[in-house]
Amino acid sequence: MAGSVKDRVVAIVAEQAVLEPSDIRMDQTLEDLGIDSLALVECIFSIEEEFDVEVPFNANQPEESEFDISNVASIVAAVEELVARQNA
Amino acid sequence: MRRVVITGAGTINPLGQDVPETLAAMREGKCGIGPLDVRDVERLSIQIGGQVHDYDPEAHFNRQQIALYDRFTQFTLLAAKEALAQAGLDFSGQLAGETGVVLGTAGGGVNTWDENYRAVYEEGKNRVHPFVVPKLMNNAAASHIAIEHGLHGPSFTVATACASSNHAMGLAFHLIRGGSATVIVTGGSESMLCFGGIKAWEGLRVMSRDACRPFSANRNGMVQGEGAGIFVFEEREHARARGAEILAEVIGFAMSSDAADIVMPSKQGAARAMSGALADARLAPEEVGYISAHGTGTAANDKTECAAVADVFGAHAADDLMISSTKSMHGHLIGGTGAVELLSCIMAVRDGIVAPTIGYEEPDPECALDVVPNIAREAKVDVALSNAFAFGGFNAVLALRRA
Repeated sequence: MAGSVKDRVVAIVAEQAVLEPSDIRMDQTLEDLGIDSLALVECIFSIEEEFDVEVPFNANQPEESEFDISNVASIVAAVEELVARQNA
Repeated sequence: MRRVVITGAGTINPLGQDVPETLAAMREGKCGIGPLDVRDVERLSIQIGGQVHDYDPEAHFNRQQIALYDRFTQFTLLAAKEALAQAGLDFSGQLAGETGVVLGTAGGGVNTWDENYRAVYEEGKNRVHPFVVPKLMNNAAASHIAIEHGLHGPSFTVATACASSNHAMGLAFHLIRGGSATVIVTGGSESMLCFGGIKAWEGLRVMSRDACRPFSANRNGMVQGEGAGIFVFEEREHARARGAEILAEVIGFAMSSDAADIVMPSKQGAARAMSGALADARLAPEEVGYISAHGTGTAANDKTECAAVADVFGAHAADDLMISSTKSMHGHLIGGTGAVELLSCIMAVRDGIVAPTIGYEEPDPECALDVVPNIAREAKVDVALSNAFAFGGFNAVLALRRA
């Protein structure tokens, strides 16, 4: 998939939310988008596959994971960070 | 109504290779969880588990048997041998036709699947051993008990994920109570600590990388274990007539289905199974002294289970009901877990010793019950419950009373 990290993350989130990417706003939370815990785990799996990264996420302690899932913007930022670290 | 008692128990699990060793470890609060020793462990992100160590199949089985017995079957047969030796039943006459085998397992021969997929996919082989199918099938372990001991009665295997062995033992109880059998060899077994078995669980993101700490505020997931627990359930008058030692009486069983989410637990579903078991056993909540919790150490299970216990037991839950999770010591034996955990119920009602929840570090207001933290406790327990709540929303709860 071509495009920026942001576009690619939004596409993954949109697929799980069963929405068009154009309907996703950066300030939306996963809850706003109707993404439950199972869909979140699928999102993370898709991100790992798409970017070939390891996302540090434990569903038991989402708030303590380094990977910030507060909203779409924070997920995009976290993925950008992982991709940058991988390329460094 | 026909009553059902337990006249034999056997096990092999991360805490011990028989019942006395396992109960001693539970009393001492030993931890059987440690670094995993499996092929390709370096490619796993989860590298701990409750493995059965110091185990040599060749010390117990010949080459032909090993060709037919997956590790979960081997564990089953060893535990069954111990249980049947304790029960001391003679199956040479009519009793063989009145005795069946009802076991639980979630995955059956997972190691056999794993090894043979490797052979054909990774190593590119075009041929597998002729006994792959009879080795990996879920009912292999039950069938081999029947074959080895000549048991001709009602026999089958149930697979309800993490509740498999509780469902099996509950159905064994029903078969005897309802008159379809005099004796059932029952319990469960699981052995999925291989690369594929652990990799599949990793995917869910619910596994801990360091320890299983049920009910503790800093818990961070479950840890897989392996092993088997096997019991001899027997009609009470039959057991009394032959003067058998009775370990405990099985007095109630209930099952429920959440019909909600495929992985998230339901407080209502768990509560219905527990209150159903109380009703089946004609118990008031105050009569229960101990609950062997499902207590997986995940955020979701432990708070949901505690809320369900609080709903069913009310003030009694807060005052003098003990609830502990021995998964903290042996890990989650998946389809075999309820069977090994029933040992802690037997220890509670028979020996007056309640197994602890080890690894307990920080109280969690959402799990504000007496979880018997870290140290076993002496207590007179008349009745104990054993909880199992499976993925898929299937719940199964057993009630035991001191004999």
